[in-house]
Amino acid sequence: MKWHDIGTIDDIPPRGARCVATPQGRIGVFRTVDDRIYAIEDHCPHRGGPLSEGIVHGTAVTCPLHNWVFSLETGLAQGADEGAVKTIPVRVIDRRIALGLDLALMAAE
Amino acid sequence: MAERLVIVGNGMAPGRMLEHLLDAAPDRYAVTIFNAEPRVNYDRIMLSPVLSGEKSFEEIVIHGDGWYAANGITLHKGHRIVAIDRDAKTVTSDRGVTAPYDRLVVATGSVPFVIPVPGRDLTGVVSYRDLDDVDAMLAAARSGKKAVVIGGGLLGLEAAAGLKQQGMDVTVLHVMPTLMERQLDPAAGYLLQRAIEARGIKVRTKANTKRIVGESRVESVELDDGTAIPATLVVMAVGIRPNVALAREAGLTVNRGIVTDERMVTSDPDILAVGECAEVGGMVYGLVAPLYQMAKVAADTLAGTGAARFVHAETPTKLKVTGIDLYSLGDFADGDDREEIVLRDASAGVYKRLVLKGDRIVGTVLFGETADGAWFADLQRKQADIAAMRDTLIFGQAYQGGASADPLAAVAALADDAEICGCNGVCKGRIVSTITAKGLTTLDGVRAHTKASASCGTCTGLVEKLMTLTIGDSYNPAAIQPMCTCTDLGHDEVRRLIKAKSLKTIPAVMQELEWKTSCGCSKCRPALNYYLVADWPNEYADDYQSRFVNERVHANIQRDGTYSVVPRMWGGMTNAKELRAIADVVDKFAIPAVKVTGGQRIDMLGVKKEDLPAVWADLGKAGFVSGHAYAKGLRTVKTCVGTDWCRFGTQDSTGLGIRIEKFMWGSWTPAKVKMGVSGCPRNCAEATCKDVGVICVDSGYEIHFAGAAGLDIKGTEVLGLLKTEDEALEVIVALTQMYREQARYLERIYKWAKRIGVAEIRRQVLDDRDRRKAYFDRFVFSQRFAQVDPWSERVSGKDKHEFRPMAALPFRQAAE
Repeated sequence: MKWHDIGTIDDIPPRGARCVATPQGRIGVFRTVDDRIYAIEDHCPHRGGPLSEGIVHGTAVTCPLHNWVFSLETGLAQGADEGAVKTIPVRVIDRRIALGLDLALMAAE
Repeated sequence: MAERLVIVGNGMAPGRMLEHLLDAAPDRYAVTIFNAEPRVNYDRIMLSPVLSGEKSFEEIVIHGDGWYAANGITLHKGHRIVAIDRDAKTVTSDRGVTAPYDRLVVATGSVPFVIPVPGRDLTGVVSYRDLDDVDAMLAAARSGKKAVVIGGGLLGLEAAAGLKQQGMDVTVLHVMPTLMERQLDPAAGYLLQRAIEARGIKVRTKANTKRIVGESRVESVELDDGTAIPATLVVMAVGIRPNVALAREAGLTVNRGIVTDERMVTSDPDILAVGECAEVGGMVYGLVAPLYQMAKVAADTLAGTGAARFVHAETPTKLKVTGIDLYSLGDFADGDDREEIVLRDASAGVYKRLVLKGDRIVGTVLFGETADGAWFADLQRKQADIAAMRDTLIFGQAYQGGASADPLAAVAALADDAEICGCNGVCKGRIVSTITAKGLTTLDGVRAHTKASASCGTCTGLVEKLMTLTIGDSYNPAAIQPMCTCTDLGHDEVRRLIKAKSLKTIPAVMQELEWKTSCGCSKCRPALNYYLVADWPNEYADDYQSRFVNERVHANIQRDGTYSVVPRMWGGMTNAKELRAIADVVDKFAIPAVKVTGGQRIDMLGVKKEDLPAVWADLGKAGFVSGHAYAKGLRTVKTCVGTDWCRFGTQDSTGLGIRIEKFMWGSWTPAKVKMGVSGCPRNCAEATCKDVGVICVDSGYEIHFAGAAGLDIKGTEVLGLLKTEDEALEVIVALTQMYREQARYLERIYKWAKRIGVAEIRRQVLDDRDRRKAYFDRFVFSQRFAQVDPWSERVSGKDKHEFRPMAALPFRQAAE
């Protein structure tokens, strides 16, 4: 795994999200109201909705297509829905955000 | 032939008297009322919520014009009676109407007391008594910023809180050392002062007004100690006096009030007096409960049915200022034979004091926590012996006799004759038996049949608990669905409190209304954002993180994560230039699908998010703005070709459709709004299944609304027929604004209309010209901030981050 710098906290609105394009698909990067940063794969297991376009509340996001809610901490669907998205390690140093990705592995596949 | 009953005054007491009389002896009298105020009967004790903006005048009307008509009552509005001729048995109004009577009821109420200081006649000095005073205060609040309220009693404090909520800088002057000293002891008065000051209202006690200063308008208030307090408005709320001038001139016996016996009959056997002008048993009254008792007794006397007698009873005082709980009843003065039990919780702002004489309660003062008020009052009224529970009495009912802390159990434990509604004197047994007998399942039903909770409303919670006890699960407390799991409050309550507490940001709403989550959820945040946009169009900063993605990126998200783009085509009209521009955009961005929508617009489907700003830039060059096809807002106005082309068309339906759309585009609404205008009853624009539709006919414009062709299929209701295009537009705009102000988020017009009632909506936006104009004006004001094309904003760079990935990690980086 390698850390990839993607920008600063200030590139993401509070209670908002941005997406990052990677060779292994899109990743949603989320900023909570108290400036915690989370990253999960940007693809709802239900119908593939772009989670980074959803409404961010607490440490959860609601999918914009059919309102499934996912924990940003665990990637698990909340409430009665079952499913999960992959979480991606995040490191924040001096407001700069890095994602921990194993792109080499992907490239080798 | 019916006897002639004439009533002088049309306040709450004679209004209630008539209700009882119509029940008891519906045909006995031909009734004529003279009202000095130019309006129908309304709930005067609710003027404070009108002043604060929590209620509208319409909501506090007790009897509308229809009620008088339906009961065959002649109402002379704006007629002040200037003479009673007891020999001829007639009354004469200042507008020259003379009416003969067999029985006369004097209900002239009271007049505000004005302290005799220099400057009291200046413009800007008002009293607080009727709707005209409230209107004057609201007007002053709009034009000026500083208010001084003279009088720190119930009325003065309510006026001060209302004016503060209208945005004024308010100072209360009170001559005594503590506020509401007639109802509260000094400790409670102090807590009240702190609570009032916490709302940003300044309080000066021991303040003696020396004079009011100004040339023609009030400029300041000067105190005895020389202090001058600048003011553009001065409200005198130092007390009221029975209005007895007319009765005195007619030679009736008058003391402080018009003297009556216990059957409310004055010194003239054909003349009764009720209300604040009457003196019975040596007492005059200003609170509603005894006035309603007078009304009942007077009706009984007039009907000749019973032997009802007025009996003095203590009435609790409650302050109607949202968020300040205060309850006081009886005598709380210290005395040698008195003992007291006091509970103070300074950090919670709670103070309770019971004054005992022997083992009986004679006085109750509650501040900060008033839920046990009814229970203490009941003990006090019955003179119950409290010796056995003395140690825990102050903690309230929940701690007595093994009863659990369950609030329902507490209500269940109340005796049948315990008074629930103080205003209307309704006891528990009456409410329970009425619910059972009439099969009532709604709060409104209980209000209609028992009057309980129908006046000041502070007992609503108790009444609801009684309903739950009586009918169990079939009563869903006020059928209030919480907005979401973040709160127990329903949408209506949240909307009311946003206004009442002047909440202007989402964090403020969540803080003040005690949200259970730190930042809400995807259900409440978009709703709150809408309410704030709608209520404070010029002040609230739209929170894009609380908008659904469609409204953040101004296009409609599709199942594959691409977007569809619909430009506005006013009234469905287009031309070669526009069509060419659309065709070019479709080619340039390789848009996979193009479709004509049900609302006569062109939809480009499958646009990549990253392309949206460039697509809009090209469309913008051809003159297009966003069609808001993604929005909870005005979407389309569908039209037919009208008189321009159609051989049947009666009016220019296309022109009107374009005019409506250009006037109203950009407005946010609780749910999507689609409109249609058809040029004749053949209805080619299908206007009769729209949120708002117009059918043009020879004689004008028939306005329809509350149709649906989505989840539900529903034909429209007819709102009314308007003669001119201008009127039609004004009504449509007013209707939309009423909907914007009242509906719950995501509630379509047809559902809202079902809840409010078509007749009520018609009354407000069609019949009541002033109200219609006010709605219209508020919509126009809001449009100044809303009518901005979101596409061009984003083409010029707003919210750039929405449309581009934050970063792209290239494949080669992986190979490194």
